[in-house]
Amino acid sequence: MDTNNMHPVMKWVEHRLPVFSFLDHSLGTQYPTPKNLNYWWNFGSLAGLVLVIMIISGIVLAMHYTPHVDHAFNSVERIMRDVNYGWLIRYIHMNGGSMFFIVVYIHMFRGLYFGSYQAPRELLWIIGVFILLAMMATAFMGYVLPWGQMSFWGATVITNLFSAIPLVGDSIVTLLWGGFSVDNPTLNRFFALHFLMPFVIVGLVVIHIWALHVHGSSNPTGIDVKSEQDTIGFHPYFTTKDLFGMGIFLIFFMFFVFYAPNFFGEPDNYIPADPLVTPAHIVPEWYFLPFYAILRAFTPDYIVYAWTPLAWIMEAKLAGVLAMFASILLLLFMPWLDGSKVRSCSFRPIMAMAFWLFFLNCLVLGYIGGKPAEGIFVTIGQFSTFYYFAHLLVIVPLVSRLERPKPVPDSINASVLKAAE
Amino acid sequence: MSDTATPEQTAEIDDQSKRDFLFVTTAAVGAVGTAMAAWPFIDQMNPAADTLALSTTEVDLEPIEVGQSITVVWRGKPVFIRHRSAEEIATANEVSSADLIDPEADSERVQKAQWLIMVGVCTHLGCIPLGNKAGESKGEFGGWFCPCHGSHYDTSGRIRKGPAPTNLPVPEYSFLSESKVKIG
Repeated sequence: MDTNNMHPVMKWVEHRLPVFSFLDHSLGTQYPTPKNLNYWWNFGSLAGLVLVIMIISGIVLAMHYTPHVDHAFNSVERIMRDVNYGWLIRYIHMNGGSMFFIVVYIHMFRGLYFGSYQAPRELLWIIGVFILLAMMATAFMGYVLPWGQMSFWGATVITNLFSAIPLVGDSIVTLLWGGFSVDNPTLNRFFALHFLMPFVIVGLVVIHIWALHVHGSSNPTGIDVKSEQDTIGFHPYFTTKDLFGMGIFLIFFMFFVFYAPNFFGEPDNYIPADPLVTPAHIVPEWYFLPFYAILRAFTPDYIVYAWTPLAWIMEAKLAGVLAMFASILLLLFMPWLDGSKVRSCSFRPIMAMAFWLFFLNCLVLGYIGGKPAEGIFVTIGQFSTFYYFAHLLVIVPLVSRLERPKPVPDSINASVLKAAE
Repeated sequence: MSDTATPEQTAEIDDQSKRDFLFVTTAAVGAVGTAMAAWPFIDQMNPAADTLALSTTEVDLEPIEVGQSITVVWRGKPVFIRHRSAEEIATANEVSSADLIDPEADSERVQKAQWLIMVGVCTHLGCIPLGNKAGESKGEFGGWFCPCHGSHYDTSGRIRKGPAPTNLPVPEYSFLSESKVKIG
């Protein structure tokens, strides 16, 4: 960075703490970025924006919230009715959770389609999966805090997942609860952890961006940057594009905050928690539904369970729990499950088709996860669960190794020039 | 003499093994110390003394009619008490153990055949099964039905269909008199 043209104060600071050149190399003119990034590459910065919004609105809410079973529900209602702009801040935080998952899921599907996880960005992808896991834990604990019926029963169902662990399962559940059921100690610790986790996520995001900046962004062609002609400075080009994307995104976000604030929520959560009455139909928040469908697919008569060695070594319940965790943890291995030398699905028509089937299947799982576990929904859920794992464990490894990709452009620059013709 | 260590070499070997020993013991003491320091921070999450103190509940069975069920709270959890009819007891006894997911005879689950007492928490993921109140679904086997993930329990509280792995658990209880029971 040319320090000669700097303001004397900046120059003084730069000499002692090179913060200005650091910024310039991180998101300034000195950070070369592939010039062909499309709008799917906006979602990383959008996720960062939502994280900041969630932390700010969350800290403000914590100033008015009381983590006690007798007061939690009422303190949230007080925020909604009495605290100045409390309704706005809570609706931002509530819908922000959904926005966070929308943005991050799109960000991940973008990575899957364009092969962003492939070498040398495997760790970048893996850290991303850990961010997703941390987000899920945070969102789950946050949903418990208003202490409505869904809060209570969601917490009961999810903490009970750990009882499936052989031998020590029940002791672990008691440890998580701090009692013999979800109760005041549980609420208290969930509040403390819900406050802590966002900062863990911030730490993971810093590592995620650090890893990103080692090899830079991937791009829609999936080919490596070869010369300076392939890149442009992050500033002003992508700072502008990211800000534009943020504007559009905030319109979308605020539409829900102001016009449909409970669209993503469950009416049952406005009933105070009652440990003796289970709601007729417990559903998690929408972003957990696909995984919930996988959990429920494992019944003793599920073919994938009953007709395989799984049935000899574990109960169906444990198989369901393991399958649910495996459905996320398997993503960690994407860089190795995919054996293709070409990253982007733009040049892999069969893989592109498999990707869209996988995407559709995730939507089906999400739909099934929100339906009662009976009749045709069980059958569809079981098939979709089978397909989810078949995609990751069979289709991706085989197609990526057998498919002959279409020829890739010579360079990013060449592909941009060709598109302009 | 050439294959014998010089005094310097011997000293060096002794010194090396002494250093290894010190290194390993230091690391071991450090690891044990860290684990001991960590334990209070883990164990604090377990139930506190006041939570453990709420251990028993006494119930008067007198007002419960035949065929009727009630729910009482024990350790923050619902306990189902059903006054079973002769017909329900007979159905529970007719089942052969081959039809049961978690085989258990009805007689092992009750102290007095007409009184079925068990923890009303689905063994799948902890929901409260329906079937205790009039008008609620009792499932396909006339007992209880868990609406969360579709587990059906029979008139002995045994799992018959659905994802739950085990029967509804029977808590420790004793009859204080003909019509009074102490749970816990």
